[in-house]
Amino acid sequence: MAFEVTQILLNAQSSDGAVRRTAEENLKQFQEQNFPVFLLSLAHELANNEKPPESRKLAGLILKNSLDAKDASRKAELAQAWISLDNALKSQIKGALLMTLSSPVKDASHTAAQVIAKVAAIELPLREWPDLVGSLLSNMGTPQAQKPPGLKQATLETLGYVCEEISPEVLAQEQVNSILTAVVQGMNTSETNNDVRLAATRALYNALDFAQNNFDNEMERDYIMRVVCEATLSPDVKIRQAAFECLVSISSTYYSKLSPYMGDLFTITSKAVREDEEGVALQALEFWSSICDEEIEAQEEYGAEFSEDSEVPYFKFIKQALPALVPLLLETLTKQEENQDQEEGAWNLSMAGGTCLGLVARTVGDDIVPLVMPYVQENIAKPDWKFREAATYAFGSILEGPSLEQLTPLVQVAFNFMLNAMKDQNTHVKDTTAWTLRRIFEFLHGPNVDVPVVNQNNLSVIVEVLSEGIKDVPNVAEKICGAIYFLAQGYEGTSEPSSPLSPYIQGIIQMLLASADREDANESRLRTSAYETLNEVVRCSTEDTAPVIMQLLPAILQKLNSTLDMPVLSSEDREKQNELQASLCGVLQVIIQKLSALEITKFGILQCADQMMALLLRVFSCRNATVHEEAMLSIGALAYATGPEFAKYMQEFYKYLEMGLQNFEEYQVCAVTVGVVGDLCRSLDDKILPYCDGIMTQLLKDLSSSHLHRSVKPPIFSCFGDIALAIGENFEKYLAYAMPMLQTAAEVSAQGGGDDDELIDYYNQLRNGILEAYSGIMQGFKNTKAELMVQYASHILQFIESICDDPHRDDAVTKSAVGVLGDLADTLGSHVAILFRNSSSYQGFLQECQASDDQQLKETADWALAIISRIVSQ
Amino acid sequence: MDNRLAKPEGRVHKRTISDQQKRRDIALKRQSQGRRDLQHHARQLVSLAVPPSSSSVFEEHGAVTGHQEAEAIDIQSSESSVFGHEVDVVAEKVEGWHGDQEEDAIGVVEATRLKGTKAREWFKHQFMIPEWMVDVPSHLRKDWYVMARPSGERCLVVSSNGTTVSRLRNGCIRHCFPSALPNGSRTRESIAASQVFCILDCIYHEPQKTYYIIDMMCWRGYSLYDCNYEFRHFWITSKLEETGVLGPTSKFHRYQFSIVPVFECGKAGFQAAYDGDVPFERDGCLFLNRHAHYVLGVTPLALLWKDPVSSRYHVDTDRIGNVPAYQQIVLELQDDGTVATCDQPGVVLGSMPQDFLLKNKEHLQAGMLLKFTIGDKGLSILDGKPVTADIHYQGLANRFRAGADSVSKVLFQYAARHCPLAFSDILAAIEASDDEMDI
Repeated sequence: MAFEVTQILLNAQSSDGAVRRTAEENLKQFQEQNFPVFLLSLAHELANNEKPPESRKLAGLILKNSLDAKDASRKAELAQAWISLDNALKSQIKGALLMTLSSPVKDASHTAAQVIAKVAAIELPLREWPDLVGSLLSNMGTPQAQKPPGLKQATLETLGYVCEEISPEVLAQEQVNSILTAVVQGMNTSETNNDVRLAATRALYNALDFAQNNFDNEMERDYIMRVVCEATLSPDVKIRQAAFECLVSISSTYYSKLSPYMGDLFTITSKAVREDEEGVALQALEFWSSICDEEIEAQEEYGAEFSEDSEVPYFKFIKQALPALVPLLLETLTKQEENQDQEEGAWNLSMAGGTCLGLVARTVGDDIVPLVMPYVQENIAKPDWKFREAATYAFGSILEGPSLEQLTPLVQVAFNFMLNAMKDQNTHVKDTTAWTLRRIFEFLHGPNVDVPVVNQNNLSVIVEVLSEGIKDVPNVAEKICGAIYFLAQGYEGTSEPSSPLSPYIQGIIQMLLASADREDANESRLRTSAYETLNEVVRCSTEDTAPVIMQLLPAILQKLNSTLDMPVLSSEDREKQNELQASLCGVLQVIIQKLSALEITKFGILQCADQMMALLLRVFSCRNATVHEEAMLSIGALAYATGPEFAKYMQEFYKYLEMGLQNFEEYQVCAVTVGVVGDLCRSLDDKILPYCDGIMTQLLKDLSSSHLHRSVKPPIFSCFGDIALAIGENFEKYLAYAMPMLQTAAEVSAQGGGDDDELIDYYNQLRNGILEAYSGIMQGFKNTKAELMVQYASHILQFIESICDDPHRDDAVTKSAVGVLGDLADTLGSHVAILFRNSSSYQGFLQECQASDDQQLKETADWALAIISRIVSQ
Repeated sequence: MDNRLAKPEGRVHKRTISDQQKRRDIALKRQSQGRRDLQHHARQLVSLAVPPSSSSVFEEHGAVTGHQEAEAIDIQSSESSVFGHEVDVVAEKVEGWHGDQEEDAIGVVEATRLKGTKAREWFKHQFMIPEWMVDVPSHLRKDWYVMARPSGERCLVVSSNGTTVSRLRNGCIRHCFPSALPNGSRTRESIAASQVFCILDCIYHEPQKTYYIIDMMCWRGYSLYDCNYEFRHFWITSKLEETGVLGPTSKFHRYQFSIVPVFECGKAGFQAAYDGDVPFERDGCLFLNRHAHYVLGVTPLALLWKDPVSSRYHVDTDRIGNVPAYQQIVLELQDDGTVATCDQPGVVLGSMPQDFLLKNKEHLQAGMLLKFTIGDKGLSILDGKPVTADIHYQGLANRFRAGADSVSKVLFQYAARHCPLAFSDILAAIEASDDEMDI
């Protein structure tokens, strides 16, 4: 009962726009009117060897898109639609897909492999389609009954895609074993067909996660490793590259099993780096970068406490390989390409080698210095720019990792050379020199450095060099911005009224503004970097330069004003305007924050508040449906600075606030707006009341939406607390809506995240938000409506007990939980005495907190315990 | 897999700066700080009306309940080095929880994470130190437990963060090892559970490589400090057996943990503790009052007693095992030239001649520890306190010593050489208290 769809599918690829649109419309109608038959028709089209490859391929792609989507909620909907189809129909479709694998038309079999994986992704976790793996494996044949190479290739592709789609626990160990057997056999040198070997190698890449047990078994592991290593020697470059990709994946997944193979792996990878084609060589380098990642992580895990019976493996492979590895990496540095610095996203051998060198330095620290410095000294003044650039890059790369004791003398000696090298004739050398200066400032300059590289004597020279360098081509200028960023950051956090940088602030601000105004500032991200550097300069400025920052304010406002008149004819224009407004609002926000923190300049900010607000509202209004995240952040800073005065802007601003809260597609905008609601609550206090119906409605809608990014939920709960604290007893009318949501979320967060760090982290944020909501609500009700909370008291106490018992709770949650315990007793008094008397775990928890180093936590715990013991003993 | 020259995920070449996230983070920090300040402020307004809390577990350590005080009245409050033969190594001044040092403010959880000198300083103040039994307390049978004390080194054993550390009386680490205690070794479950930890009071018996558990202060992060000994004893037997801590050693768990049999202090119990079969070398008997909390520092609610049958070391011995001809004591030089025990307040046992002090004023200053022998005229004791003593100056004490001897130690050792408190005396006291009960 399938329909003929060939012509429509061909039309949908027509070069004639009108024909194409009609066909697309037809397909859409068909899909909506009869989804099951639509899918079946596509499957038949894909399976039919009589049909043209083009229509078959598109049929497969549409089928695939009907089963999966990027967006998580859409994906779930599609899976549900498939599950609810008639079983007989699903069998028909699956049969057609499996049949297509044997098609001689690559487009068809390849697409079928992808579609099968999508179906498997839905069905295997539900324990459906149990014979899938079996029927795929039977396609691989036996030595006695050989199957066609095309079928084997498509089958291996399918196995790879299936492994990519599902998680390891979905398959039984014997299924994993037979898949690996088939895949590894396909990779073996005895397989003469290169397409099959390649498909097998790529399938292994996806199947590696499933091979945990096999890697635990020495014999099986040896076998897999042998086959992969042999594949790196294949005459086919694609197979070699795929094999190295497997090694990269193995290096991180099975780091702890690598010891016996490291000698051979060094030989194989170094040969590939030196002799093989770039694609292969890059993967061979990536192998070592990935080992560095593992070892850096292992060291971070231990801190200084590495000992023999530690659980996380750390074998110091890099330290052992160092004498041979470093020369290999240094060799790659002179393989630069002309103009590589101008191309965004460029990646080549010298970049990969240099990046790896930087990781090696972070892994081994001091040991790298004597291996790299002779190379630097030998090459840094050579006539060929490639050597000068390579030497500079090597020097810059080892600035993170080794100790300050090692680095300081070296950098002291090299520093003037680096400043001079900004006059090099070659742009690459200048680019890398500017980057190296930035790294020097990042790692060897600041309050923690005993012998500062930057001092009163050379600061003026440094600023002079930077002011010249920033006029260079955009990519060099952008690196100079980075250097200025970290030069300024080194003076951050001083409580002194003046900074050594103060005399130069005006000049630095001027050069950054000039760079941002350059015609070519849109290249190499120069404009954005210039403004972002300006932010750091403002943040790190001291009281004595406040007047300079004050002068910057009108300049920025004027620039922001002129963005409103930019001609916007294309989407490109729109994007440009958007980006510029973002940068300028960013600067504005930083200035507001800086100046409102100082008594002497706060007044200036308040004087400009009307002007700033008017401008920000115009920035909002020049966009249609969305609001600007950066403008919203500026509003928050302004509301914080003005306090209750902000009330006069509320009427006009409210609609943008609402728009921001509605924007759950751009969840960052939504999150930032929720934060601004908090600022407004603290600034306006009960003056926010008239807007609360609207705000609460939006927040509750957000929480109920399955499309809202989960990271916004915790701040929304915190925001409930902010609102309740601001409007006090008036929160009563929202209570019946807010509490069930808080309770549900509390239950979710109590499930625990298991081993999943990200989930543990999220649950902590969620709990923190819930606790802040409870605190705000209880404090808000305390004097007049406390009795409203009595019915929730036992739930709240249970929630906190579950937190006390959770080993994963973080400091913020601990703090909030202590507060809520006290609030509970303080607000509800004798109503909760019996609850506390019957509770066992809170006491130990509070006593633990009393012994904390954190003064605020200690005080809060003292307070909570005192209040609780008072009501318990009554 | 298509773009084969693509930059691998996470790799950056000459990273550019990015400030946006920093701006967001700063805004978030300001907001959450604002929220916290506001709430903190609201709470502090309330706390002004409430007296500062005094309900911390740890603050109660120094306090003895009225009931216990009444019973302990005939025992002098004093400090002592704990176990006789360690005298040269471990005698040191012990402060309660409320010392002046900053470390004292640290909680147990934090302390389990301390390292180095700080940890040593902290841990050496965490022991409960029994007085020496110079007089038999009343109600032995009703209120006391007794155990044979294994000879060896007294240790605090702490399991936390996947490892187990034992520390000596001076706070130094004895062993660092994996154990079957909760969070005492790295296992899949325990890695992140930082507040799961245990603290045990043990004696390490070297010949058997065994830690004999004599007390338990924390179990799985649950504090037992302010539980009475009876409860702690119940907890030791039930929890340790439940969790298999007492199981045999293995390749990874090299040290054995064992429980010392504890008896109610009746005739049979005392007899068993005194000379019953034990798998270790005995070094006296340890008496524990069933109502006693685990108090830091010297307490009269735990008592140590030995005689030649129950201990090789019943009289102080030097490092090579010889008993000096005269009893040696260490006293602290005071401002006024007198010398006193370490008790609070110190008991003055004599004074240094003024001309001697003047002649040696470069070398001898108040607070220094001096070594004396007790001469033939001995001590004269009134109401359980020595009033005069025939002491002879020998020189400066070993510089590793942290404090002077305590009165109970001086008295016990003096008694051991002259008219020791005998097994039969204690037995008689137990019988007498049996009679009291009958009436």
